[in-house]
Amino acid sequence: MRKGTYKFVAGLFAIALLAAGCSSSSDSASEETASEESAEVVADPELEIFTWWAAGGEAAGLAGLEAEFAANNPDTKYINAAISGGAGVNAKAVLQSRLDANDPPDSFQAHAGMELDGYVKGGQLEDLTFLYKEQGWDTIFPADLVKTLTVDGKIYSVPVNIHRANVLWWNPATAEKAGITAAPATLDEFFAALDKFKKIGIPGLALAGKGDWAIAHLLDWMLLATLGPDAFEGLFNGNTSWTGPEVEAALKNFQKALSYGNKGAGNLDWPDAGKLVTSGKAGFFIMGDWASAQWQADGLTLGTDYTWAPAPGTVGVYQWLSDSFTLPVGAKHRNAGIAWLTVAGSKAGQDAFNPKKGSIPARTDADTALYDDYLKAAMEQWKTDRLVGSTVHGVTGNNALMAAYNAAVGKYFSGGAKDNKGLAADLQAAYDAGQA
Amino acid sequence: MALQTNRRFSTWIGGFLLVVPSIAAVAVFVYGMIAWTVRISMTDRISASIKEPKFVGLQNYSNLISDSRFTHAFENLLKFTFVFIVGTTIAGFIMALLLEKGIKGEGFFRSFYLYPLAISFIAMGTVWNWLLNSNVDADAGGLNLLLQKAGLGFLQNSWYLSENGAAYALALPAIWQMAGYVLALFLAGFRGIPDDLREAARVDGASESKIYRYVLFPQLTPTLFTVLIILGHVSMKVFDLIIGINGKSYVTQVVAVYMWESTFDQRNYAKGTAIAVVLLLLIALIIVPYLRWVIKQEEENR
Repeated sequence: MRKGTYKFVAGLFAIALLAAGCSSSSDSASEETASEESAEVVADPELEIFTWWAAGGEAAGLAGLEAEFAANNPDTKYINAAISGGAGVNAKAVLQSRLDANDPPDSFQAHAGMELDGYVKGGQLEDLTFLYKEQGWDTIFPADLVKTLTVDGKIYSVPVNIHRANVLWWNPATAEKAGITAAPATLDEFFAALDKFKKIGIPGLALAGKGDWAIAHLLDWMLLATLGPDAFEGLFNGNTSWTGPEVEAALKNFQKALSYGNKGAGNLDWPDAGKLVTSGKAGFFIMGDWASAQWQADGLTLGTDYTWAPAPGTVGVYQWLSDSFTLPVGAKHRNAGIAWLTVAGSKAGQDAFNPKKGSIPARTDADTALYDDYLKAAMEQWKTDRLVGSTVHGVTGNNALMAAYNAAVGKYFSGGAKDNKGLAADLQAAYDAGQA
Repeated sequence: MALQTNRRFSTWIGGFLLVVPSIAAVAVFVYGMIAWTVRISMTDRISASIKEPKFVGLQNYSNLISDSRFTHAFENLLKFTFVFIVGTTIAGFIMALLLEKGIKGEGFFRSFYLYPLAISFIAMGTVWNWLLNSNVDADAGGLNLLLQKAGLGFLQNSWYLSENGAAYALALPAIWQMAGYVLALFLAGFRGIPDDLREAARVDGASESKIYRYVLFPQLTPTLFTVLIILGHVSMKVFDLIIGINGKSYVTQVVAVYMWESTFDQRNYAKGTAIAVVLLLLIALIIVPYLRWVIKQEEENR
């Protein structure tokens, strides 16, 4: 009797598994026919766009892009599948499970560059080179940018904006009090200015340690400032050693800069640290130019409440990151997806998106009148500066490298910023993790 | 005779059919998924670029042992678990002891201490992130400010940001939340002891403290056991509290957070699932002996 029960349960288990297997295979079959059908239809009924832009200027920018799309594609219904959470902390996990389940959105947001590496190697993205040719983007986007986006001769994403990572921010009133008259252009000038802030009794540098990435962002700048753009890029193609004397010098500078930081930095997210600067409680802040958009949303005025310069030691270098859109393999509304990408890369689309998001267009021919003074200046430098990718924001390293890079810096920082050798070894390990 | 067996079988089959859906669901969505996870953990799917994973046996597990980030997360988890279990048990027990005599307004206190349990870990984490502010002296906020005001300024510290004390500090909010629950369990334990036992001890001339020591406390052993098991497995799985307080920061990473990072940030499925299996085994190590003990008790009582 009992033995019979077990057999019965085992049988049920097998049936249940079979049923699960059958249902999933029939699902994918029906999807295939659906996508074949839609290939023949010109206008898709729907378009599903996946982003992590759920609030603030980002959501407003996306809405601008959506309006532009709707004007060009009146028959397609736009579905916003945004998942909130800064830098895509939640969205990336959801996206990944959807891609793995062969249920991709019609286009999704991702940082341009190596962050796409996993999707590309996994065969989850379509090659968009044809669209670049068709739209002439290969000549309208800067050559350095197109070079970075190209993997083995193919391009997998359309950059809709450019953010600058290496920006120095400060409050003019505080600087005046400390006797700082000009923006520090070199690291030596920078450290001298930090000392001046120290003399008036405030920390020279605002740090945000929560989640590790903002400190890693600082290291990314320091590596670039100390090594220069060529050796910096060498770190990510194997030409510069992570454990050599150049990085050792950079880490020494990094350690010195951290020593000017505010107390209790580990509790702070970047907006909290930024507030220290705008309210005169700390001197400098090194953060991407999304800080400017945030402060303007807070009601502050560029030029009086805060001002900016290229981060010391990196004048003439534009360390960039870019939000871009992709075309996943197996997208249910491929035509609508392509129409979306066309809008995202167009002059009208980029000018609708960027003034609201607080970033500059990737295109070099945008309408400067729409942008504020910072963005205007950034657009000029974007055309003339040497372009170098950001590590922490997914240009130079893939997801595995970024995760390990942030953790290595977090370990160093929470350990009191003492173990430079250990940090170098951890950074080397992070680079290796990215190669796997 | 044959008829009787038949009838018994028909009642049995009726009951069985009722539970079939849940058995099937559990088989697929619990045990099936566990088997799937174990399977992935034995392949080389260490990045998204690997499309046809190969079987590598226990390679991923042995890699974990030499992975300094895993051992760091594991160490954090052990520290957290130790302080959390000891702290919660003692706090809950003392509160139960105080309420046990049936003081006025017992109902109020009981629910008062239970309320923290109703707060989600994420919301709680955000508030405790402020309370555990690491600034001291003039810049202090949260607990550090409270300590200063209470004249205990020397106790101020950097809480979850200190390199060695981070995991201990994180146990504070967890204790705060779970102590009320443990109080309820112990109180129920006390209530379960027949008054006759106390009366008999009093008649025999035992002092009040001796009654507790020799009569009541030994009766609470099963309750204590239950408390330890519940706290133990809650502790092993801790994730949202940590995320709520300090995100994925290295200093406060525990095993579950590192599992998330490996799977979704690094996209290293093999490592992520191996960590998941290790976590499952750790929890099983606590739960399985407990279940066996419960079943044995039930059989003895029958």
